[in-house]
Amino acid sequence: MVDNNKDTSSGNVTKTIPPDVETVTDADEAIEIATPVEDAPKVEKKATGAHKDEDEPTGAKAIALKIVTGSGLISVLSVVAALIFGAILIAAANAEVQAAAVSGNIGKFFSTVGKVIGSAYYALFQGAIVNPDAHNFAAFIAPLFDSLKVATPLIFMGLGLAVGFRSALFNIGGQGQIIVGGIFASYVGFAFDLPPVIHLIAAIIAAVIGGMLWGFIPGILKAKTGANEVIVTIMLNSIALLLISWVLAQPAFQRPGENRPLTPAMHDNAIYPIIRIGEIQLSVAFFLAIAAVILTWWLLERSTLGFKLRATGLNPDAAKSAGINASMMSVWALMISGGFAGLAASSAVLIPATGMASGVASSYGFDAIMVALLGRSKPLGTFLSALLLGALRSGGYLMQATTSTPIDVVSVIQAVVVMFIAAPPFIRALFRLPDPEKLALRKAAKEVA
Amino acid sequence: MSENNVAVVDKDADYKGDVLVPIQWKSPIAYGALTVLAAAIFVPFAGAGSITNFSFSQAGDLIEIPNVAIPSQPALIAIAVVLAGLCALSLKFALDRKKAPILVPLAFGLLFVTALLIFVLAGNPATLPVTSLLSGALFLSTPLVFGSMTGLICERVGIINIAIEGQLLAGAFLAAVVGSVAANPYAGLLAAPLAGALFGLVLAVFAIRYFVDQIIVGTILNVFILGLTNYLYSTVLTQNQGLNFPPPLPTYEIPILGQIPVLGPVLFKQNVVVYIMYALVIVLQILIFKSRWGLRLRACGEHPEAADTVGIKVNRTRFRNTILGGAVAGLGGAFYTVAAGLSFNQNMTSGQGFIALAVMIMGKWTPKNAIFAALVFGFANNLQITLTAMQISIVPAQFMLMLPYLVTIVAVAGVIGTVRAPAQEGVPYKN
Amino acid sequence: MKLELRGITKRFGDFTANDKISFTVHSGEIHALLGENGAGKSTLMNVLYGLLHAEEGEILIDDVPQHFSNPGDSMAAGIGMVHQHFMLVPVFTVAQNVVLGNEPTSAGGIIDLGKAREKVKEISDRFGFEVDPDALVEDLPVGVQQRVEIIKALSRDAEILILDEPSAVLTPQETDELMKTMLQLKNEGKIIIFITHKLREIKEVADVVTVIRRGKVVDTVSPKETQEKLAELMVGRAVLLNVHKEPQKYDEVLLKVENLSLIGEKGVPALNNVSFEVKKGEILSIAGVQGNGQTELAEVLLGLTKPTSGEVTLGNIDLTHKSVKQTLSTGVGYIPEDRNTDGLVGDFTLPENLVLDQSDVSPFAKWLNLNLPAINSNAINLIKQFDIRAGSAHSTASQLSGGNQQKVVVARELSRDLKLLVAAQPTRGVDVGSIEFIHQQIVNERDKGIPVVVISTELDEVSALADRIAVMFHGKIIGIVPGDTDRNTLGLMMAGIPPEQARKEA
Repeated sequence: MVDNNKDTSSGNVTKTIPPDVETVTDADEAIEIATPVEDAPKVEKKATGAHKDEDEPTGAKAIALKIVTGSGLISVLSVVAALIFGAILIAAANAEVQAAAVSGNIGKFFSTVGKVIGSAYYALFQGAIVNPDAHNFAAFIAPLFDSLKVATPLIFMGLGLAVGFRSALFNIGGQGQIIVGGIFASYVGFAFDLPPVIHLIAAIIAAVIGGMLWGFIPGILKAKTGANEVIVTIMLNSIALLLISWVLAQPAFQRPGENRPLTPAMHDNAIYPIIRIGEIQLSVAFFLAIAAVILTWWLLERSTLGFKLRATGLNPDAAKSAGINASMMSVWALMISGGFAGLAASSAVLIPATGMASGVASSYGFDAIMVALLGRSKPLGTFLSALLLGALRSGGYLMQATTSTPIDVVSVIQAVVVMFIAAPPFIRALFRLPDPEKLALRKAAKEVA
Repeated sequence: MSENNVAVVDKDADYKGDVLVPIQWKSPIAYGALTVLAAAIFVPFAGAGSITNFSFSQAGDLIEIPNVAIPSQPALIAIAVVLAGLCALSLKFALDRKKAPILVPLAFGLLFVTALLIFVLAGNPATLPVTSLLSGALFLSTPLVFGSMTGLICERVGIINIAIEGQLLAGAFLAAVVGSVAANPYAGLLAAPLAGALFGLVLAVFAIRYFVDQIIVGTILNVFILGLTNYLYSTVLTQNQGLNFPPPLPTYEIPILGQIPVLGPVLFKQNVVVYIMYALVIVLQILIFKSRWGLRLRACGEHPEAADTVGIKVNRTRFRNTILGGAVAGLGGAFYTVAAGLSFNQNMTSGQGFIALAVMIMGKWTPKNAIFAALVFGFANNLQITLTAMQISIVPAQFMLMLPYLVTIVAVAGVIGTVRAPAQEGVPYKN
Repeated sequence: MKLELRGITKRFGDFTANDKISFTVHSGEIHALLGENGAGKSTLMNVLYGLLHAEEGEILIDDVPQHFSNPGDSMAAGIGMVHQHFMLVPVFTVAQNVVLGNEPTSAGGIIDLGKAREKVKEISDRFGFEVDPDALVEDLPVGVQQRVEIIKALSRDAEILILDEPSAVLTPQETDELMKTMLQLKNEGKIIIFITHKLREIKEVADVVTVIRRGKVVDTVSPKETQEKLAELMVGRAVLLNVHKEPQKYDEVLLKVENLSLIGEKGVPALNNVSFEVKKGEILSIAGVQGNGQTELAEVLLGLTKPTSGEVTLGNIDLTHKSVKQTLSTGVGYIPEDRNTDGLVGDFTLPENLVLDQSDVSPFAKWLNLNLPAINSNAINLIKQFDIRAGSAHSTASQLSGGNQQKVVVARELSRDLKLLVAAQPTRGVDVGSIEFIHQQIVNERDKGIPVVVISTELDEVSALADRIAVMFHGKIIGIVPGDTDRNTLGLMMAGIPPEQARKEA
C-alpha cells in the first residue's frame, strides 16, 4: 500500500481510513502497540454508531458480539492459552509423565498427566490466591496478601514503564535503576541512625533519587544527542550490575563477619512497617504503591506535565511546534520512570533483617515491561496486571516448593500471556473468534451495496 | 558532465564565502583530553627507570620472538609525543572542515591502549602475554560478532531484533543437547541455527504478521527463552545429566598462516566456529552491498514502498531474513557450549546478545566494522581477565569491564561520529 | 495498445474513494485525470498499479482482463508509475535504483553494475536526461530524481506510464522540460496517464481529460474547453479566485529578518543571507519550488531551528534567540506546512488539540492541573466560530477531514492575540470551500494590522493573498516583487533568475 498519510492529494481519503490502516510513525508505535486492543472497540463503536438500521444486531446478539470481539475476552483467553501452554511444559518435563508415556499405557499416561498438572496448578492457586486447606480464615486468605507483597515492586516498576510508554520511551533500564536506587536506599538504611518515620522517608527519598539519577542519564543523552534510550538503558543495566558488585566489595557496604557480598541489615527505623493479623502480613509499601497508582493517574490524565508528555509521545514534531520542549519531556519521562524504579528498590531493600545483595533487581526490570504492556500503560490496568503477575510468581514459589515444577515455568507463562495480548488477531485466530474490524468493514460494504 | 554535478558545483560556487559550516570540535577535544591524560598521568607516575615486559610467542611457535622489555617512561614519552601529533592532525582536519581518515582514530586508539598497558605494567616483574591477550580477545568477541551479524541482517531489512540474547541462548541450549545426544559436536553445531531460526520465525510472525512492536516482541522473547531454558535445565537436563555433556569441537591450525608470529596463533589456531565467523563476515560484507539479495534487503529497510512498487514482496523479504538472522545468532550460541565442550548453564549468555546490538551500532551496520567493534569488547574483557590473573589492579576490575559499555554509550550519543540506521527499521509495513 | 478501466470502485471502510470509474486510453495518447486534492485520483492510479485492490470493476489491456495483486504484476503487464513521492531509495545510486527488483546479475547473485549503468545511460541519452548512474539519489535535485523515476519505469519496458502530480515539485521551467519529455514518449507510442489539478498543463499536453470529483467521473472532455469550464467541472461550482482585501493602509515595518543563514544537515546552507521586512497589515508571500529553504525559514521564524547567523526582530523584540514557547507567547501564530506531522496530535481530541500550545497557561492550566472545563468550553467556542465539522466535540483530530483538520490548526493559532502570523502552505490538501474560508481568515488578520508571512508553493495562492512576493531559490531570496507580478516572471524567478532579467525574459 501507499503511505496515505503523507499523500497530500488524498488528504480526505486518509482520514476516513480506519485507524489500523494508518501508518504508524516511529514515535507513537510504542503507544500504538502497547494499546492495540483499544483500537478495536473504537472501530466497532464507529461502525455501530454509523449504521443504525435493521441489519444491526440487537439485544442479546449484540451483547454477545461485543463480548466476543471486546478486549476483556482477549485478555482472558490469552491467560487461558498461556496456562495451557504452561501445562504442556509441566507435563512434558515431568519424569513420571515421561515414564508413563514410555510405558505405552494410554490410560495411565493421561491420568499421570492430569495428576501432575493438577497438583502443580493447585499449588500455584494455593500459593497465589487462597489456601483451601487452611485451618482459620486468616491463614485461608494469607496467600493473597503474600501475592500483594510480591506484586508491590512490580506495581512501582510497571507504573514507571507505563509513564515511559505513554511518552513513547522504552525504558529497558529498570534493572539498573533499581540497583542504583537500592544502593542509595540501603546506604541510608543501614549507615544512618535517624528517628522513626524520618529515617524511612529519608531512605525512600534516597532510593528515588538513585533511580532518577540512573534514568536521567539516558534522558539527557536522548535530549541532547538523540541517543536511542533502548541501547543506552541496556548499557546502563550492565554498568549498574558491575557497579553493585564493586560497591558490595567495599568495606563501607560490607556486613561485618560476612564473606558474601551483602550489606548490613537495615536499621529498624528504616524499614517499611508491616501490619500483621494472624498469618496475614501486609507491608506499608503496598499502600504507597496504591498512592503511586493514583499519582500516576493524576500525572498522566490531569496534569499539565502529563499533557505535554502524552503530546510528545504521540507526535513529537507537533509538540515541538506547539512550544513543548520535547527533549525535556524525554528527560522528565525517564527520570519519573527511574524514580518509580527507585520506589520499587525501596520496597525490595527496606525490609527487616536481610541486607541488600547483588541480586536486588531480580527480574523486575523485564517483568515490569510485561506488567505495563499487560496493563496497556494505564495506571489502573498496570496495577491489576502487577497483581496478576505477582500472584503467579507468589504461587510459583509454592509450586516449586511442593511439586517438582521449577518457578521458571511462571516466566514462560507470563511471556506467553503478554505476547498473546499484544497480538489480539493471533488470539482471535487461535480461538476462531470474529474480527471486529472486519465485521465493521463488511457491514459498511453491505450498506453501500 | 551530469546535470547533478552542475547543480552541485553551482551550489558550492553560490555559497562560498557566505556561510561556513561550523567547525566540529568534538574529536580534537576528545583526543586532546586523552593526550593530556597520557602525558600528565602516565608519564610522571610510571616511575623513573621502570621496565614493562611483553611477550609475543608461545611455546612451540616456529618463529619465536624473544620477550621485550621496554623502559616505561621513555616509551610513554614517545607515545605521548605521537599522540600529540595525532591530536594536531585531527585539529587541522577540523579547522579545514574535513573528516579525518579512519586511520587517525585507529592509530590513536591503538597507541593509547599501548600506553595504558605500559603504564599499568610499569615496574611490574610480570610479563604481559600479548599473543594470548589477543587470541583471548578474539575468542571472547566471537559470539558478539555472530550476534551483531544477526542484528545487522534484521535491521538492514527493517526489523529491530532485541531477541538476539535469547536466540544465542536457545542456540547454546540446543547445541549442547543435540551435541550430547549424538555424542558429536558437529551435530550440535548443525542444530544450533535451527533453535535461533525458530525464534526468528516467532519474531517475524508477531512483528510482521501481527504488527506487534518489534522491541516488545524481542523483549518478550528474551524472557520466554530465558524462562524456558531455565525450566528445561532444572528439569530435563538435571534429571538426565547425559543430555548436557557435549564433546568439544577440535581446534585446527591452518598450515603456514598459523605460523605467522603473533597474529598466526591469534587468528588461525581456532575452532570451526571461529572460522565460520570469518567466512560469515566476509560473505555478508560482499553480499549485503553487492548482491541482488543485499540490494533488496536494504531496499526493504530503507524505503519499503519503493521496494514494493518494483515488485519486491517487502514482508516476505523481511520474514525470511528475520529467520535467517535468528539462525546466525543460534549458530553463534553454539560457541558457548559445543565450541569449548561446555555444558549448558542457566543464562550462560549473560547479556552478550545486548552487547551484540551495541557492537552492531558501533560498527555502523556494516559487517567489517562490526568485527572491530566486537574486538574492543573482547579485548577489554580479556584484558581484565589477564590482569586479574596477573594480580595487577590499578582500577577495580568492575570499572575496567564498564569501559566497553561506556564507549558504546558515547558512540550512540554520536560523539564518535554520526551513525545512520536504516531509515525504516522498526516501522511495520502494511499493505 | 489500449487500456480500459471499467467500473472501478474502491472503498476505505465506509468511505468510497472511487465510485464506478471508467475510461479508455489508446497508444500515443496523453490522458489527463483532472480533479481536486482528495478527489480520488491517486487512489485510482494505485489500484491500476496494483498497490491497492478495487472492490469492483475491471482493468483491461487490449480487451484482456488483468488481475494485479501487486505492483510486480502490473509492471509485467507494461505499466510504470512515477509517484508523487518518489519511490527511490535515497542511499542507493541511480543505477541501483533503476535495476532494483529487476537486477542483472553475474555468478553468485552479484549485481552486474556495468549492465545497470549501460541501461541508465541508454535511456537517459535517448531523452537527453544527462543523469550520472553512479550518483547517490539523495544528492540529486528533485527534478533529476524525477527523471530517474522515468528511467526506472522505461527500463522495465513500460508501455503505459502513470505520472502522479509530476509538476508539484518542479519549477515552471522544469515543468516545461517534463512536458517535452511527455510529448516525446507519446510520439514513441506510449500511453500516458497524467494526474494533475493544474489546468495550464492539461491545455499544453493532454489529448483527453477525464474529470473526477469526489471519487466519481464527472465528464470526459477535450482539453480545448475553456479554463473556467474545466475548473467548474473539477470543483462543482464557479470558483472564487480572488479574496476580498482592503487596501493596505500602514507603512510601519514590524517584522525584520536580517541576513538569516542556516547550515543544513549535509553542511549545505539551507538559508543563505535571507533578509526581508513585513509591514503592519501586510501579507508577504514567500514563493518558490518546494525545498528551496522555505521550510527552514518558517522553522527559524518559529524558533524551532536556531539560525547559524542573522537576526529576526518583531517590533522591538528580538526573536532570534527565543525558544518556540517564548516565540509563541510573544504573539507569533504559526500554521505549519504539514498539519499531520507538525500541527496536530492525531490521537488527541479536539479540545486537547485546540490548546496544544497553551496547555500550561491560564485559563487552561491551574497550577499543575489541567483546567478541563476551560479547555472544553474553548473547544465548543472555536468549533462554532471556525465552522469545524466533527462527529462530536470529542472526536480525535485524525477522524476529521483534511479541511477540518486545517481549520483546527487555524482556529487554535488565530484564537490567540497575535502580533505576527506565519502560515506555511495554509491550504495544502484542503477542499475548495475550506480554502476560501482559510484565506479569508488570513486576510482578516492582515486587515487587523498584523504582519503576515504566507509561505506557499502554489502560485495561485501566492498571487491571491500577497501584497508583496519574495521568491526563494537555493536558500536565497532571489527578489521581492509587488503582489501583482505576472506568473511568468515569478516562474523564472523560482528557477533562480533575478527579477530584472526575469521581467525582460517574460
